[in-house]
Amino acid sequence: MSTSDQAEAYLRIDRLIKDFGSQDGSTYRAVDNISLDIRQGEIFALLGPSGCGKTSLLRMLGGFDLPSSGRIMLGGQDLAQLAPYQRPINMMFQSYALFPHLSVWDNIAFGLRREGLPKAEVATRVEAMLKLVQLGKFAQRKPHQLSGGQQQRVALARSLAKQPKLLLLDEPLGALDKKLREETQIELVNIVESVGVTCVMVTHDQEEAMAMASRIGIMSEGRILQVGTPREIYETPATRFVADFIGNVNLMDGTLAVDEPDHVEIDCADVRHYVGHGITGHEGMPVTVALRPEKIRISSKPPVLEAGDPPAPINQVKGRIKDMVYFGSDTLYHLKLASGAILKVTQSNTERHPDDNLSWEDEAYAWWSPSAHVVLTQ
Amino acid sequence: MAISKTPHLSWSARTVVGVPYLWLLLCFMLPFLIVLKISVSEMETVVFKDLITWTDGVLQLQLKLSNYLFITQDDLYFRTYLASLKYAAVTTALCLLIGYPFAYFMARASKAVQPGLLMMVMLPFWTSFLLRVYAWKGLLSEGGWVAQVLDALHVDQVLIALALIPGPGQYMNTPFSLVIGMVYTYLPFMILPLYANLSKMDMRLLEAASDLGATAWVAFWKVTVPLSRGGIVAGSMLVFIPCVGEFVIPELLGGPQTLMIGRVLWDEFFANNDWPMASSVAVVMILLILVPLALFNKAQSDAQEARR
Repeated sequence: MSTSDQAEAYLRIDRLIKDFGSQDGSTYRAVDNISLDIRQGEIFALLGPSGCGKTSLLRMLGGFDLPSSGRIMLGGQDLAQLAPYQRPINMMFQSYALFPHLSVWDNIAFGLRREGLPKAEVATRVEAMLKLVQLGKFAQRKPHQLSGGQQQRVALARSLAKQPKLLLLDEPLGALDKKLREETQIELVNIVESVGVTCVMVTHDQEEAMAMASRIGIMSEGRILQVGTPREIYETPATRFVADFIGNVNLMDGTLAVDEPDHVEIDCADVRHYVGHGITGHEGMPVTVALRPEKIRISSKPPVLEAGDPPAPINQVKGRIKDMVYFGSDTLYHLKLASGAILKVTQSNTERHPDDNLSWEDEAYAWWSPSAHVVLTQ
Repeated sequence: MAISKTPHLSWSARTVVGVPYLWLLLCFMLPFLIVLKISVSEMETVVFKDLITWTDGVLQLQLKLSNYLFITQDDLYFRTYLASLKYAAVTTALCLLIGYPFAYFMARASKAVQPGLLMMVMLPFWTSFLLRVYAWKGLLSEGGWVAQVLDALHVDQVLIALALIPGPGQYMNTPFSLVIGMVYTYLPFMILPLYANLSKMDMRLLEAASDLGATAWVAFWKVTVPLSRGGIVAGSMLVFIPCVGEFVIPELLGGPQTLMIGRVLWDEFFANNDWPMASSVAVVMILLILVPLALFNKAQSDAQEARR
């Protein structure tokens, strides 16, 4: 299937820059020279903390802000300077922006009527959309008479009605409560995939991005730091920022002590790490070891080493439990190490009454496998 | 303490709700009922005869309806009512035409200048209404500034063609001067509710309209105007209702052509001293305003009911 990236690029964002001027004459660069290729039919999520420029980028795709420079190529046409109503792109707005004076039916028909389609055609397409989002019964209701989840589906139907070449989702589930959000995530992805539309979404919620997107771009300060599948972003973060931003992580600064092609050893304050793969670097180089809490095991007894494991003081620490948070499905431990640093460890609660019942102020051992780490050089 | 607090709260809550009702009862309902009573009373030289009399075991209710009959028979009243409604409607339409763009740009102006613009709309209220209307006499009479400008721009030719003024330069005491005065006086009452409405509008709705293919012009007519309907209705009522019964402006700026019902009322009360007749004219005027409004409101709520 996959050929070169060049052939696959459906939407090409090319060196896009957006400067906002402020009243004192200084400018603020919200989007800093972003280039990005998005494939046909994929759901791409822009993820980042607030103020990272993800919304500015989305608004430029929609045409609500015009870029200071750069191109937005969609199907061979540069859209960067076109008005929103001239673009084959539709957006599902944050908290939906449904027209309060129009019924569900008229909201969905709004875009179709602007195209000057014949009445019968408009009706057929609105009915099809209502069926797609299962809101046929509510066609004559006003938006305020619907629940949050139903409003979200109207917004989706309205943005899909014109059969856009690109669908933009601005915090699509931000206005829903947690339980409903999980159900809606799957439903939304199913609808978008059944229509086959290419989709760019913006979110600050990493679970939402992980659950819905086929690829994620992590943004910070107007730049894209890393692009990859949710698994790539989580398991092989490229930078300290990405590792720290996505999920929970223990970051330990150290120096590269042993540099072999098949493994490296890294000295940190509390422990020597044995990493089961080579990295590009040199001995004595400062590096950061990232270790996800769920990849660490914890017990009141020292670990029993198996054949092939690195010898005892490597990849294991001893500490005192300072904090415990019970989440139900798992428990988070804060283990205070000799240096005073805190190691976060999560354990799945696979048994209702575990033999090894750890508690506050208990001494405990924590250990991990040579494949658990990510070594970050930037 | 905690127990005695609840009845105290509900008592104060009742007062808060009750005060406006009491106000309406004392200042609107009661005077209206008095006027209604006078309108069906018989005059006995200078005092009113009682409506209900008790003589020789006979209870008599006497309602004099001849005033109302007279209103329907004398052509004068009909024509005056019609003229009042016409001038009020024209004033309302002009206020809307001028006020809507005004309120729109005020609401879209930068937040820093909005208080200043709002201040300018309210500034005329700092001077007496009577003085401001009187000032128009000077501005519109021959040699007045506005009259000179209108002459220079040859607006008088257009006005003569529309039969709004009798001859060149004669602006005062015509339908033209009357409408100018009423539009000038009532414009803020149109602008303020429209501004309140338009400044609250969610701008993302316009982005959504644009996203769905609407140009700015289409988005204005399909989104902004329908959403500002509340402001349009409120502003129009605030202008139309007092205009129908307006007395001072027609008296100062109007002429023989522009007899309005306020003037007739004044004459019945103070020139003819016929209070029952005057009251009848007033009651009919109130009904002329209230009945269409009530029907309009009912149609509104029915339409909303039907959509549920």
